[in-house]
Amino acid sequence: MSAKNVTTASFAADVLQNNKPVLVDFWAEWCGPCRQVAPILDQIAAEYADKIEIVKVNVDNEQQLAMQYGIVSIPALQVFQGGEVVKSIVGAKPKAVLVNELSDFLN
Amino acid sequence: MKIHGAPRFSQEFALREVIIIGSGPAGYTAAIYTARAGLKPLLIASSVEAGGELMKTTEVENFPGFPEGVMGPSLMANFQEQAEKFGTEVLLDDVVEVSLEGDVKVVKTGLGATYEAKTVILATGAAYRELGVPREKELSGFGVSWCATCDGFFFRDRTIAVVGGGDSAMEEANFLTRFASKVYLVHRRDSFKASKIMAERALANPKIEVVWNNEVAELHGEGKLTGVTLRNTVDGTTSKLDLDGLFVAIGNDPRVELVRGQVNLSSENFIQVDGRSSKTNIPGVFACGDVIDPSYRQAITAAASGCVAALDAEHYLNDH
Repeated sequence: MSAKNVTTASFAADVLQNNKPVLVDFWAEWCGPCRQVAPILDQIAAEYADKIEIVKVNVDNEQQLAMQYGIVSIPALQVFQGGEVVKSIVGAKPKAVLVNELSDFLN
Repeated sequence: MKIHGAPRFSQEFALREVIIIGSGPAGYTAAIYTARAGLKPLLIASSVEAGGELMKTTEVENFPGFPEGVMGPSLMANFQEQAEKFGTEVLLDDVVEVSLEGDVKVVKTGLGATYEAKTVILATGAAYRELGVPREKELSGFGVSWCATCDGFFFRDRTIAVVGGGDSAMEEANFLTRFASKVYLVHRRDSFKASKIMAERALANPKIEVVWNNEVAELHGEGKLTGVTLRNTVDGTTSKLDLDGLFVAIGNDPRVELVRGQVNLSSENFIQVDGRSSKTNIPGVFACGDVIDPSYRQAITAAASGCVAALDAEHYLNDH
């Protein structure tokens, strides 16, 4: 299952007001590393479904959101908890590395 | 035939003819050739860097057979399709450990699998060289970038700099003028190493201003790059440059960490091969592409080198 697409309109409900930690994957079609990390994020989402939610923001369509959260490099993976960014990871990384960097939210 | 011991259920434990590590033009060409030779290669492509350096480029204009040019990622998709068509198994996983001595080579991956083969072809390529200045890691992804095609979009109407003097620096600088209002091209010498056509394109671009004889000495900004200090390589004087983004394209270093201590390396850290062949010092271990090439490093030379490795591996297997 691939991650839910979030827009400016749904960002508050899907991300900011979510009870669970939410990892937002800021991505674009033209970004090769974004496409490569996407299936890894899908696996993490499936394996840790009870711990974390993973959603996507297409920066081409949602430039305002990208700007608001200071995105200047993608893929950018930001974890939101209680409406705040609590963790920021930039760049595509292997699964084991991501799971390790996200360990605070997965365990 | 008598079967000894427990039957081997999983493909993972089958002794293969050839494992190829790397998925750039060298790795995929080695795969196409060994697959057509009926050797059923396993190509371990990496999880997030599959396709190699060309995945981060845009238009490739100098790969023969594509008179209209081809996008780097499309070219690599073609390579993969052609390799798979002849029976290559492509694995999106990262090799974390190899044991190359002996007749059976052992390869372990990040997802915890172990594969064995009679031959290994190393096509691990090269990794971006870092500037080596303080705070580079901290500001990476926050204004300091290694991927113009990924990040250029975020610098619309901004001022940025590209560091470097080779073809990739020229390509990035030109590409980035689609977005940025101003692109400084910072180079530590007084002439470019880039090919003439690429250099001329950059020099003729009105948005690009070349800063000759300068290198980046310091990065500024809290949580986000705001500028750099440049140092003049001739007289040592420094100057400040306000920037929103800095794109680093100062070359690559061969990726040899995996095999260091097992395979002989040159003084410049490339894998050493025997003459025009792909043979390393270990029988059954071959190397090709940018990881053996200190001079040319083109998609087409890497592909040719991958072909050499495939033929060498095939000959080795015939003799063993």
